[in-house]
Amino acid sequence: MSVKVSMKVNGKPVSADLEARTLLVTFIREQLRLTGTHVGCDTAQCGACTVLMNGKAIKSCSIVAMQAEGADILTIEGVAKPDGTLHPMQAAFKENHGLQCGFCTPGMVMNALDFAKSHPDPTEEEVRDSLEGNLCRCTGYHNIVKSIMAGARAMAGKP
Amino acid sequence: MTASLIGARIQRKEDYRFLTGAGLYTDDVALPGQAYAAFVRSPHAHARIRKIAADQAKKSPAVLAVYTGADLAAAKVGGLPCGWLITDVNGQPMKEPPYPPLAQGKVRHVGERVAVVIAESLAQARDAAELIEVDYEVLPALVDPVKAKGAPPIHEAAPDNTCYVWALGDKAAVDSAFAKAAHVTKLDFVNNRLIPNAIEPRAANATYSRAEAGYTLYVASQNPHVERLLMTAFVLGLPENKVRVVAPDVGGGFGSKIYLYPEDVVVTWAAKQLNRPVKWTAERTESFVSDAHGRDHVTTAELALDRDGRFLALRVRTTANLGAYLSTFASCIPTILYATLLAGQYTTPLIHCEVTAVFTNTTPVDAYRGAGRPEATYVVERLVETAAREMKLDPAGIRRKNFIRQFPYQTPVALCYDTGNYEATLDAVMKMADVAGFKQRKEESLRKGRLRGLGYACYIEACGIAPSNVAGSLGARAGLFEAGEIRVHPTGTVTVFTGSHSHGQGHETTFAQVVADRLGLPMENVDIVHGDTSKVLFGMGTYGSRSIAVGGTAIVKALDKIIAKGRKIAAHLLEAAEADIEYDRGVFKVAGTDKQKTFGEVAFAAYVPHHYPLDKLEPGLNENAFYDPTNFTFPAGSYVCEVEVDRDTGATQVVAFTAVDDFGKVINPMIVDGQVHGGLAQGIGQALTEGCRYDSAGQLLTGSFSDYAIPRAGDVPLFKLDTRETPCTHNPLGVKGCGEAGAIGAPAAVMNAITDALGVKDLPMPATAQTVWRSMHKAA
Amino acid sequence: MHAFEYHRPSNVKDAVALVLKKEEGRYLAGGQSLVQAMKLRLSSPTDLIDLNAISDLKALKTESNAVTIGAMVRHAEVAASSGVRKAIPALAALAGIIGDRQVRHMGTIGGSLANNDPAADYPAAVLALGATIVTSKRKIEADQFFKGLYETALEPGELITAVSFPVPQRAAYMKFKNPASRFAIVGVFVADFGGKVRVGVTGAGPCAFRQTDMEKALASKFAPESVASIKVKADGLNNDLHASPEYRAHLISVMAKRAVAAALK
Repeated sequence: MSVKVSMKVNGKPVSADLEARTLLVTFIREQLRLTGTHVGCDTAQCGACTVLMNGKAIKSCSIVAMQAEGADILTIEGVAKPDGTLHPMQAAFKENHGLQCGFCTPGMVMNALDFAKSHPDPTEEEVRDSLEGNLCRCTGYHNIVKSIMAGARAMAGKP
Repeated sequence: MTASLIGARIQRKEDYRFLTGAGLYTDDVALPGQAYAAFVRSPHAHARIRKIAADQAKKSPAVLAVYTGADLAAAKVGGLPCGWLITDVNGQPMKEPPYPPLAQGKVRHVGERVAVVIAESLAQARDAAELIEVDYEVLPALVDPVKAKGAPPIHEAAPDNTCYVWALGDKAAVDSAFAKAAHVTKLDFVNNRLIPNAIEPRAANATYSRAEAGYTLYVASQNPHVERLLMTAFVLGLPENKVRVVAPDVGGGFGSKIYLYPEDVVVTWAAKQLNRPVKWTAERTESFVSDAHGRDHVTTAELALDRDGRFLALRVRTTANLGAYLSTFASCIPTILYATLLAGQYTTPLIHCEVTAVFTNTTPVDAYRGAGRPEATYVVERLVETAAREMKLDPAGIRRKNFIRQFPYQTPVALCYDTGNYEATLDAVMKMADVAGFKQRKEESLRKGRLRGLGYACYIEACGIAPSNVAGSLGARAGLFEAGEIRVHPTGTVTVFTGSHSHGQGHETTFAQVVADRLGLPMENVDIVHGDTSKVLFGMGTYGSRSIAVGGTAIVKALDKIIAKGRKIAAHLLEAAEADIEYDRGVFKVAGTDKQKTFGEVAFAAYVPHHYPLDKLEPGLNENAFYDPTNFTFPAGSYVCEVEVDRDTGATQVVAFTAVDDFGKVINPMIVDGQVHGGLAQGIGQALTEGCRYDSAGQLLTGSFSDYAIPRAGDVPLFKLDTRETPCTHNPLGVKGCGEAGAIGAPAAVMNAITDALGVKDLPMPATAQTVWRSMHKAA
Repeated sequence: MHAFEYHRPSNVKDAVALVLKKEEGRYLAGGQSLVQAMKLRLSSPTDLIDLNAISDLKALKTESNAVTIGAMVRHAEVAASSGVRKAIPALAALAGIIGDRQVRHMGTIGGSLANNDPAADYPAAVLALGATIVTSKRKIEADQFFKGLYETALEPGELITAVSFPVPQRAAYMKFKNPASRFAIVGVFVADFGGKVRVGVTGAGPCAFRQTDMEKALASKFAPESVASIKVKADGLNNDLHASPEYRAHLISVMAKRAVAAALK
C-alpha cells in the first residue's frame, strides 16, 4: 500500500507517495537523493543515519518515514550556510581533524549540533556520553571529542 | 621562501565534502536504470545443497533475474584466486580449494552466497530472496582450528583440512638453546578473531555498456587496480581494458576492503546479462558474516633466557584459522607477515616458528589492520613482560637489555632492519607516561576499590612489503610497487594521480603537501586523484601502511622527472647551461646570478612552446613513475598503558595510554596522530571488547553490533602521543608508515597492564568484565 | 522489512478498534525496538497503528505522591522533566541512560513496557516503585504485569495509556551495561517508601523481577551492608555471551549495594 508523506527537509517542504515500509533514511537518500545521511548498521547502533527531527537527534534508520509526517527534518546537507560557509560545529571538526573516512561524520555532526544546544561548554566526559549512539572506527574518538568540545563553545560564542 | 610544508599540521583538503554530506560513497551512486541485488546466504556452517527452488522468486513482482552457482558455472565464471602461494615445509604448494562466487554443491560457512536475486527495487529483491527454497543436507561443522586435523574434510582438495604447514628459522639450534637456558617463559594463548567493521558496509554497483563493450564497477575497495586485475584475469576472463573499476569515497577499510569478493564478481557479471546497472550494498548483518575476518591464532610460545634476562631463543607454534576459503591474501598473513616479525626490537639470536594453517566452517580470515604483525607483537611482548615478572626484573629494563642497537640489523627471521632507536622511544614514553609516579596512582586507585596496572609494549612492524622480486620468490603473485603521475597544467597547477587509495588516511592532503612543497605551489593548486582505473595509470592500492613509503615515493620519483625536464626548459629560457640551473621549491635559477624562472613560467613554456627547444625536447610537462622499494620500512615504538579494574565487577577501563612512535619523517603530524588514535582504539578493542564467537554448529554468535562491541567513545581515553625520528634510509622522503602501529602495539600493552593489575600470568582476550571477574574469582 | 499497512488514529478508541480488526496489527510507539525487529524481518505485522497522533498519550503529570507518565512520553522527556527530577530523581536518571540520546528522543515508556525486553531499564523501576500500568481497559499493578520473556499481562488489543509511579522517600538505579548493545546485563532499582522497600531487577532473568530477600533486609536497615551478605541464587538467570548466571547473580548484589549507597546520598 502506498501512503503519502509530507514533511520539511532542510527548510523545504517535500512530499511523496511511498510504500508504508519506507524508512525515513531511505526516503532521504533514495527519494530526495540527499546521500550525506548514511546507513552503517541495521540494529540502530552506529548513528551514521542521525538527522534532526524537530531539532532533536534521531536515527533515521530506526523509524519509518511516516513517523516523520509533518516534521521538520535537518540533514547534514542543510547545516552549512547557503553560501557554503561551514557551520561552527563543522568547522570545529575540520580544525580538530575530527574525521577520517567521513562515513560516520554526518551522524556525528548532527548529534553534536543537538547536544551542543544544551551543553554550551561540555566536559570531555559529557561529550563521550553523548556519543553512546555513534560509532566511529577511524578516529579512536579522540579528535571527535575535541571537535565537539570546541564546536559547542563556538556555537555558544565562547572562545 | 615560504616555510616547508613537510611536517606541517595542515587541515585536510577532503574534509569539506565529508562535512557537508557531499562525499560520494559507492551506495550513493545511482545509475540510470538502476537494479538491485539481494543475496541468499547459507544459514548453515556446512551443508550439501540438494536443491534450490527459485521458481516462485523468479515470478515475484519486478524480479529481473535469479542466479545460482550453476548459472555461473555454465557461464564459465571462475573461482576467486589467492594472491600468495605458500610453500609448505615439505616443499609442496599450499592446498588451494576452489572458491566459487556462488556456492556450488556445498556451503562451507554461515553467510556463504547461495543465490542472487536482482529486481527493480531493493525491497522487491529482498522479498523475492525470501521465496527461494534451498534444500540443505546439514553436515557436521568444524569451528575449532585445533580440531581441524582428523575432522571430516571441508574441501576435497584439503583432506586433513590443512592448507599448509610452514616454518621459518633453525629448529635444531633453537631447541638446543632452550635445552641450555637458565629460564624459560611459556604462554599458551589465542589471538582472538576480530570482525573489521569499517562503518561503511561493503558495496558494489556494476554497469555494462554495449556501445563500449565495457564494464564500470563502483566498489568500496582499497585497491581498484588489483580488484580489476584479479577479476578480469582470473575470474571473469574479461579484457582488462574493457573494465573500469572506481573506488570512490570509501568509508574505512582496515584490510577488509582489500580483497576481491564474490558479490563484486556477481554484480559485474550480472550487469552484462541484464544490460542494467546492478547494485548491492551489504546490510551490517551481512558484513558480519561475509567480510573477511582477522587474526584467530592459537599459539604456544616460549622464550629462553639466560640468568641475566638476555633472550637466547624464541620458539613459536601457531595454528592459524583461515576460515572456509582462501581469501585474497589470507595465506601470507600468518606466515610472511607474522613469523618474520618475531624478533621484535630485540637481539634474540635464534627463532623458530611453525605455522599450521587450517580450513574451518567459518568466514574466511585475512588481513585486518596490522595483519600478522599484531599477532607477532602479542607473542613477543606478552612473553617479554611475563619473563620479566617471573625473573623479578624490571619490564623496561629487560627490554633495554635486549634492544637492537646497531643498524642495519639482520634478524634470524629474514628481515633486515635499516634503522631505529628503540631506547629513544622507550625513554620518551616512560617520561610522558610518568611511570615513576605509577606507584602512587596505584595506591590512589586502590582507595577507590580499583586495581591499577601498567603494561608496556615495544613493537616493530614491517611496512611497504617489498621488493617485488623477493616477495615473488616467497610466493607473491603480484608486484608490490606503486605508481604515480604528475600532470602539470599550462598555468602551473598540478593534478597528481596515485595508485594508493585513501579511505580515511588523508592522502589528498599529505600527498599534496609533498608535491606542493617540492614545486613551491600553494596547496590549493595541487589535487590528488585516486581510486579510478580509468584515470590512474596503475596502482597496487593501500594496505600494510604502504601509501606514503611506496606511493609517496612513486610521486617523488615522478616529481624528479618533472624537475629534470623543467631544468632543461629553464636552461633554454634563461640561455644557460643545464648544469648551471639550480632548483629549489618552484624556482629555477642560474647559479650565482639572480636570473630565474618560476615553475609556472616553465610549465607555460612547455605547453606554449614558442621559445622552446623543440628539436631536443617534447612539449608538455607530464611524468609518471613506478617505484619498487628495495626493503620494507620498519616503524617501531613504545607504548605504556594503564588500566583500572573495578574489583566488584571486573569492568576494566583504560585510564591512560601513552604512545611514542618512530615513523621516520612525518609529513603531516595531525594526520599521523589521527592514524595512531584510530589504531590504538582498534587495539584496545581487541584487548577489551571485541571477540568474534561461533557456537559449535558454526553459527556466528556475535553477528551484530548488539553482540559484537567495537569501542565507543566512552571505552577509550584521550591518548598521549609523541614521535621520535630515525628517517628511513632507503626512500627519499625518509618515511616509514603509520597506519597500523596503534593496532599492533596496543593489545599487548593493555593485556600486560591488566595482568599486572590482577597479578595473574595470563588472561584471554578480550578481557571483558566477566573474564576479568572470573579471573579474580578464581584467584580468590 | 515486509510490507504492511499504516494507520494513524487520533484517539485511543480508534487505535484499539484498528488493532483488533487487523490480521496482525501492532501498535507503533517510538519504533526503537519494533522497527529494528521489522528491518531484520524478525517481526512482520500486517498493519502498524501509529500512536503518535494521539495527544492523550503524551501527558506527563507530577503530583506530590505520584508521577504519571503518558505512554507516548519519550525517554528524553522523562529525563529532562523538572517534575520527575524533583519527585523521583532516580526515575529521571534511569530514563536518561536508556539506549543512547537518539534512541531516547524516540523511545517511549509505553513501547518499552509493552515490548518487555528482558534487558530494558523501565521494568526495574516499574517493579521497584510499585507502579500502576493504566491501559485502554483497566489498571494493572506492576507485580501482575511482567509475565515472562517479552510477555506481559496485556490482552490482545489492550493499549498502555499511562504509567503511574508512587513517589518514594528515596530511590536509585544502577545499571551494568552490555558493552555492545548498551542494554542492561543487570540493572537494579531500589526504592525506599519508609520502612517498605522494593527492589526491581532487570537484565538478569527472562523478565524483570523483585529481589524479595533484599527487600526484607533493606526494610530492617536501608544500608549497603544489608544486601552485601545476601547471596543471590544463579538458578534461572540468563546465560549469554556476555554474562553467565553466576556472574549475573554476583552483579545483582553489586548493583544493589551501589544503588542503596546512591539512594542514601
